[in-house]
Amino acid sequence: MSRARIVNDLLRPLRDTTWRFYALVAVLAGIVALGAGTWVYQMSQGLGLAGIRWPVFWAFYVTNFVFWIGISHAGTLISAILRLVNAQWRRPVTRCAEVITVFALMIGALFPLIHLGRPWLFFYLIPYPSERGIWPNFRSPLVWDFFAIMTYLIGSTLFLFLPTIPDFALVRDTSTGWRRRLYGGLAIGWRGTPQQWHCLESAMQIMAIAIVPVAVSVHTIVSFDFSMTPVPMWHSTIFGPYFVTGAIFSGIAALIVAMAMLRRLLRLEEYLHRVHFENLGKLLLLMSLLWTYFIFAERLTVWYGNESSEMVVLRSTQHGEFAPLYWTMIGCNFIVPFTILSIRRLRTISGCVVASVAVLAGMWIERFLIIVPSLAHKYLPYSWGVYRPRPVEILITISTFAGMGLLYALFSKFVPIISIWELKAGESHAGAQG
Amino acid sequence: MSAQHRWGMAVDLDRCTGCGACVTACHAENNIPTVGADQAARGRAMHWIRVERYWEGEFPDVRLKFRPVMCQQCDAAPCEPVCPTYASHHTSEGLNAQVYNRCIGTRYCANACPYNVRFFEFFNAVWEKPLHLQLNPDVSVREVGVMEKCTFCVQRISAAETQARAEQRPTRDGQITPACAQSCPARALVFGDLNDPESEVSRLSRVARGEKLLDELGTRPKVTYLARQSDV
Repeated sequence: MSRARIVNDLLRPLRDTTWRFYALVAVLAGIVALGAGTWVYQMSQGLGLAGIRWPVFWAFYVTNFVFWIGISHAGTLISAILRLVNAQWRRPVTRCAEVITVFALMIGALFPLIHLGRPWLFFYLIPYPSERGIWPNFRSPLVWDFFAIMTYLIGSTLFLFLPTIPDFALVRDTSTGWRRRLYGGLAIGWRGTPQQWHCLESAMQIMAIAIVPVAVSVHTIVSFDFSMTPVPMWHSTIFGPYFVTGAIFSGIAALIVAMAMLRRLLRLEEYLHRVHFENLGKLLLLMSLLWTYFIFAERLTVWYGNESSEMVVLRSTQHGEFAPLYWTMIGCNFIVPFTILSIRRLRTISGCVVASVAVLAGMWIERFLIIVPSLAHKYLPYSWGVYRPRPVEILITISTFAGMGLLYALFSKFVPIISIWELKAGESHAGAQG
Repeated sequence: MSAQHRWGMAVDLDRCTGCGACVTACHAENNIPTVGADQAARGRAMHWIRVERYWEGEFPDVRLKFRPVMCQQCDAAPCEPVCPTYASHHTSEGLNAQVYNRCIGTRYCANACPYNVRFFEFFNAVWEKPLHLQLNPDVSVREVGVMEKCTFCVQRISAAETQARAEQRPTRDGQITPACAQSCPARALVFGDLNDPESEVSRLSRVARGEKLLDELGTRPKVTYLARQSDV
């Protein structure tokens, strides 16, 4: 493919805007505004509008928190690993992935605020110099969360920004007016000198190595929110790796869905081929098997240990009130992706998308099933309770999905969603080899 | 001088009749709002002390057991380390204090508590006139969005300690009574200083049928339950 064609194709979304784009943005923004309004209403009335109750004090909001932080593992982690092993097919994929990380983290980080009883006092979580000399409690996993997520957010924003600089410069050089000024600022003086390329390559290498342990630690710490407490089936050493696995699992699924949408909406068929979906599909299959192994190991040890308080929770999910959800989850996270992705004939683009949508639904249910059944069945049977979601929780949940779509649509309108210079470099690489 | 106390309670399950006077007295003393039938059905009722009822055996040979459950004031309280803002913390007298002004409502403490004795203000409480006149001036009325729980009637404890300090004498056993213990007609609840080996609560906590609730979790509660012996 000629370089001029690559530039032309990938800059097209930045230049031409159809009415369809405006319509999409309007609809998504409307849903987000509705969600924001619902949150304000909830703040004015109290959290009683949500379905949480004694003793199920965490439910939809914390499920969403864990889910979105999990989705954020799509990007940076996968992109970093593919860069480190120098997989050539990564080139059109990395940026779509890294963007998911940044936006999913922003959305995920909103939920600890949305679920607070008094969100206007959220700054008590931050170590700021106060005249009373009170700092946050560093023994609390929620404070670890704050630091882990902030580190990851800053790191992955940098990781997204660094390889975008040459593309910002490209847009700057091919445009006029306000665009030239805007992208000139974003390109922070990029001229493409050998020294600048050298700096960029080293910085990318350092970031790719540094971001992997950060990503692993983030979801481990999210799992610590649960495993540090003496709650039946929460207090488990398996939670760290189990959560990280689930996070990467759902992250890959989100990436496949996002890529399929971009391919269709931005007409990128020439750039995102079946091989990209197939390779990611194989990764998804691997993570599905790993996830299944973890949940098997977790459930088997609990069942074999036969501890009364844990057995109550286990029974409620295997064949009690939560069984329909549990077996839907097994279908979505194991049976559907395993069937589709292990048969080569079914591992098409649409096959991968079907499997990914199932995984996204399954992983959301998984987060819910970790949180709610345990809280609903804590030790003293007199204090058990049944949780049912209320409209505010459902509305806010839906609006965050719309928010993700909105941020993604706007990003792909202002930034080339496929890294142009990396693709061109790949063409030269292939040319040199061929 | 206050660190010399270690407040605790003994609950004689043989004496508890399940009448619920403790629950009512606690509501009145601590300005605990009542939420109405609808909200109560949705799990929003706040009873800092509750009487758990368990039926044992098959009909017609059933036995009804009562167990009043309030904050166990654990020495190794799971609710304390998880609070990100120190709203839930240990006082020098071993009480699990809840600082309402510091609480931002993560509800993490309530999840960590194995006894489910922590409650959340889901809405701003309303006292219809003239009920607002019955509010106890010694206890703060909590805002929407904070956690709260049994304090062992800390307002009575500090009042008695202040009085004792003014009279330059130690607090006497039996001088401090939380509202629940004061109103218990069967005298099933006994409160006092566990650091005083002669106090009634110390004596009761040492008897052979004394047990801690969910002892296996290692929370080291300061409430001792005297197991029921009678079959009546």
